[in-house]
Amino acid sequence: MKKKKHYFGRGAMFVLCAIFAVLFLLPTVLTISNSFMAETEIVSNYGMIFSNTNGGFVSKTVNLKFIPDKVTLEQYISGLMKSPDYLIKYWNSILLVLPIVILQVAIASVAAYSFTRWRGKIRSGIFFFYVILMLMPYQVTLVPNYLVSQWLGIINTRWSIILPGMFAPFSVFLLTKFMRRIPYSLIEAAKVDGAGEWQIFTRVCLPQCRSAIFSIAILVFIDYWNMVEQPLVLLKDADSQPLSVFLSSINAGEIGLAFAMATVYMIPSLLIFLYGEAYLVEGIANSGSVKG
Amino acid sequence: MNNRVQKKNKAFDFLKSLCFLFPSLLGVGVFFILPFGVVIYYSMIDGPITKNFVLFENFTKLFQNSAFRLAAKNTLSFSAMAVPLAVVLAVALALMLESRIPMKSQFRTFFLSPMMVPVASVVLVWQVLFNYNGTINELFLFGGGKIDWLQSEYAQIVVLLLFLWKNLGYNMILFMAGLANIPKELLEVADVEGASAAYKFFAIKLRYLSPTVLFVMILSLINSFKVFREVYLLAGAYPYDPLYTLQHFMNNTFGSMDYQKLSAAAVLMALVMVVIIALLFLAEDWFGKDVEG
Repeated sequence: MKKKKHYFGRGAMFVLCAIFAVLFLLPTVLTISNSFMAETEIVSNYGMIFSNTNGGFVSKTVNLKFIPDKVTLEQYISGLMKSPDYLIKYWNSILLVLPIVILQVAIASVAAYSFTRWRGKIRSGIFFFYVILMLMPYQVTLVPNYLVSQWLGIINTRWSIILPGMFAPFSVFLLTKFMRRIPYSLIEAAKVDGAGEWQIFTRVCLPQCRSAIFSIAILVFIDYWNMVEQPLVLLKDADSQPLSVFLSSINAGEIGLAFAMATVYMIPSLLIFLYGEAYLVEGIANSGSVKG
Repeated sequence: MNNRVQKKNKAFDFLKSLCFLFPSLLGVGVFFILPFGVVIYYSMIDGPITKNFVLFENFTKLFQNSAFRLAAKNTLSFSAMAVPLAVVLAVALALMLESRIPMKSQFRTFFLSPMMVPVASVVLVWQVLFNYNGTINELFLFGGGKIDWLQSEYAQIVVLLLFLWKNLGYNMILFMAGLANIPKELLEVADVEGASAAYKFFAIKLRYLSPTVLFVMILSLINSFKVFREVYLLAGAYPYDPLYTLQHFMNNTFGSMDYQKLSAAAVLMALVMVVIIALLFLAEDWFGKDVEG
């Protein structure tokens, strides 16, 4: 009797999970599948919402459609081949995000080593400050960011986003937590062998943290790949905007294009999910509590 | 080793630690601390040219500003709904995935998938769903009684759904990690003693999860601010009243370059955040005492 109940419970849970999963996946699937629809089909399905339609048949209500009548690459071709706009914006995104990811992780790994290796009142105070800073809403740091960019004369350039991004404390926090798990005996042994601090850092600490660094880089990448607020405020020049911002401003007549370009934009994240999910999950799992 | 040498060593260590910390500290100083000091200064003077020290006048003006009060009220009510739901539902998902159901790792991936969807698509999909002529109305409200969801009293709920959709997966992973840290023996003993599932959950699991609960609360609070990104793209700089949050207020003030008002709002927001975080830390110390270690 008891066993039967158990099975029933598990079945119910499975169904519940499945329903949730469908809801969670819906936007992803919709974006990808609709990217293969012809513009006319898109307009007839969604035209009602985005009133600026260029004639043709428009259904009275929205049709949420997952399977295109005719699979076509039309949107991709017009987005990627006909004008260089999207490719330029894509390149802008890469130019913004890659330096941030690489430099943030690099600077953070050195700082995390310091927080791991030496402890004391002052340093734990600084660490706590980093945690607070990490938790500040973007709107609070926006004004300071803007002021500094003005002083340094880097406003409207990529650097106004890259530089603050480089020093964001998130990686420091997470990497410190990973590094503190390295057995102290390893460091001691290296020290006895006569290694200097820099050598301990590069030869002992970093190799031990390889997967941690990878997972942090993934988290930072996903966060900045979808940034909108920073470029909106700090990059007035439309030409240097990343694709994440440009995608959001696609006008009503080009929804089909928006789906296709969003899909292209999703490719790096999709690859991460396919090949690096274990790292991603590990990174998230370890950001779990504020204490080192 | 005599005392002098030890002291010297300690000072030397301190210097070494500073060397490693220096690049990060320099950047944080230049890009966050220094300008925030200036923001505090701005919040206490009457204008960028006159520069008279007025102490709290900007703050009292801010409190009298009706837009600010509306924004603060909405932000508060949204976070008060969003944070508890984000915690409870994520715990529920984690517990479900923890029980032995098939396709566990696939479900985990599916729940995390919102992380990779570009904001633009999210906004597009939400528009398709919640527009006056959108799918939700079509599916559930035939003929009459259609609602323009984002222009209705339910607007916050539409955004709440978006927030939950976006963040539950991440929170769930955190809770799954927390659950994995519970000593197995403890649960086995409880099983042997014939403890009920409810008892096991409240007396053992929740206790061990309490640090995670607090962290997820802080994280969800931050993320409940971050949902502004989507709201802004969905409804613009001046949305329907219930959606007008502090972030809108600050963004719009930024547009009008009113530094005094803006700085006062930023300082106030930072202060409130520090107080909330400190309270949560204190709570963590209080609850986490017996399970730490």
